[in-house]
Amino acid sequence: MTTIPNIDSAAGEAALDSELKALIADVLGLDPAQAAAFGPESGLFGHLPELDSMAVAGLLTEMEDRLGIVIEDDDVDGEMLETYGGLLAFARAKLDPR
Amino acid sequence: MIFTWNHPAPDGGSPSEELLVAFDRGRAARVLVCPAWFDEANKLRRFTIEVMRRLDAAGIDSLLPDLSGCNESLAPLENQTLAGWRAGMAAAGNALGATHVLAIRAGALVAPAVLPGWHYAAQTGPKLLRGMIRARTISAREAGMAETSDGLMAQGRASGLVLGGWPIGAAMFRELETAEPALAPGQTDIAQSMVGGPGLWLRAEPDEDAGQADRLAALIAESIGNSAA
Repeated sequence: MTTIPNIDSAAGEAALDSELKALIADVLGLDPAQAAAFGPESGLFGHLPELDSMAVAGLLTEMEDRLGIVIEDDDVDGEMLETYGGLLAFARAKLDPR
Repeated sequence: MIFTWNHPAPDGGSPSEELLVAFDRGRAARVLVCPAWFDEANKLRRFTIEVMRRLDAAGIDSLLPDLSGCNESLAPLENQTLAGWRAGMAAAGNALGATHVLAIRAGALVAPAVLPGWHYAAQTGPKLLRGMIRARTISAREAGMAETSDGLMAQGRASGLVLGGWPIGAAMFRELETAEPALAPGQTDIAQSMVGGPGLWLRAEPDEDAGQADRLAALIAESIGNSAA
């Protein structure tokens, strides 16, 4: 079980970033190097052929399990899924909802 | 390698014939395989059979019956219940002379408690439903329709629901809302971390991984060898 340390720290931010990239690679069957190269503007939904609605559901469920967060229907929107940066910002906000 | 077995009707009526994939050479150790369900069943089918091939090579028989209502079964899926699937797997274990059970993902929900064995990456009923409901709300949104998880859950409880193309009856739906896998005496969990690599049920498309099949089969063969020694 991977735990996400305090995300206020730079180390925590890096841990969340690598955890999220590993999770996307696992769910979509991507080469880990391809996921590791994601930047904030890298396109996800609508850009990766592997990411259909069933895979989005799997991705969100896996995020809930590994990050210990709960994702509601209303949380899921185009902005959150469009880019890697959007998904990372969403995960960060869920982990630290201040 | 493809056989049939007769599934007794729960009400004492005439039995139904169901298909079964088996590596059956009449050996001492005979593993009943409770497969993954629905979408995961497709993604894990090849992996499941690959594990069975390795067990065969290790001198262990394995038996993979279809769940009623799935694959070539003539029974309608929407009529199936969790209790019915449990009874079916128990009947299969008896009829086929199983000595152990390997339950995969949600298959752990129907693993016969009388058999020792393993739950591989066991899945709970609520998580199974949550993933399938979420896939449906997301595809509905893409199609411009408004469906909510709460609304779909209520509909599923009342009248059943088609999720990912699988018609799930109201009784099955309500049973799954609270279904948790329970380890019976002699059964142990095999977590994905013990098999290594990402679980193949996560993939958008069916895939295979020889290394994972090697390791899962080795864990089982080792466990059977230890208990026989």
